[in-house]
Amino acid sequence: MSFDDWILSLHVLSAFAYMGALVLFWILVVAVRRTDLPVVTARMGPVARTGNVAVAVGAVGTIVSGVWLAISLDAYEVWDGWVIAAIVLWAISLETGRRAGTEYTNAMNKAEELEVSGQTGPSAELAAMNRTSTGLLMHTVSSIVALAILIDMIWKPGV
Amino acid sequence: MTFLAEIRPDEWNFPLFLHVLGAMILVGGMLTGASALVLARGDARLLRLGYWSLLAVGLPGWILMWVGANWIYAREGLDEEPIASVWVGIGFVVAELGLLLFLISLVVGGIGVYRLRAGKGTGLLKATMVISIVLLVAYAVAIWAMTAKPD
Repeated sequence: MSFDDWILSLHVLSAFAYMGALVLFWILVVAVRRTDLPVVTARMGPVARTGNVAVAVGAVGTIVSGVWLAISLDAYEVWDGWVIAAIVLWAISLETGRRAGTEYTNAMNKAEELEVSGQTGPSAELAAMNRTSTGLLMHTVSSIVALAILIDMIWKPGV
Repeated sequence: MTFLAEIRPDEWNFPLFLHVLGAMILVGGMLTGASALVLARGDARLLRLGYWSLLAVGLPGWILMWVGANWIYAREGLDEEPIASVWVGIGFVVAELGLLLFLISLVVGGIGVYRLRAGKGTGLLKATMVISIVLLVAYAVAIWAMTAKPD
């Protein structure tokens, strides 16, 4: 196995970490939509943090190893259309994902605040924050764009 | 995928897309299930979330992954020949032996969730958690084998 083979493995493993985290966040998005209880919302926090770690590892791993491969392999260049498209889509997915994360983190922080202040009953404000339409829209865009990256990587338009 | 693109025919693209997408959904469901089961510390809601992530997300992901893989394999007529490469062998072992383990974990976990309702212990869901972690590691090895093709 060459060094580039190892980098390719790292690239694909990172992509799986990123997409796996997106799936994890979808499950949490659906789970918190059904609750208005601070304790239930707050309990999702540690699982969300696992997703945050996977997203960070996946995002950094895919871009670093992907650019490395585009430079190292004779068949491809960093300025190939499909490579540039992947980098742009990666940035869009990351930014929209970050915005979704901010929305849902606000809800989790609110749940913790309510718990600390002893308000453990249902909260209409928390329910509204858990059902954030901005967060849902941003996560949907982030996921669709990530799917577009996968399509771009497999079909490699222009190659 | 980059090297594979150099040698694979274009008509593999769609089945390959299904295969990889299914595998990503499977890994996502497994990651969520394992995380929720590890971090639950006896919390019934999180234990249920972990179990349902495996059943409702991980299992459909496995099916999509398997359909994509076998579509390519059958199209090339490889299903009538012995497995010729180490990486394909690793893929089959992890997918099919992994499915057996996965199904055992779902049955055991299902009983565990039922027992949870009756206020009994969480031991069976701990078994599901351990199997999920083992499967996550096995999937990482399979992804490495699929991309690096060690033979």
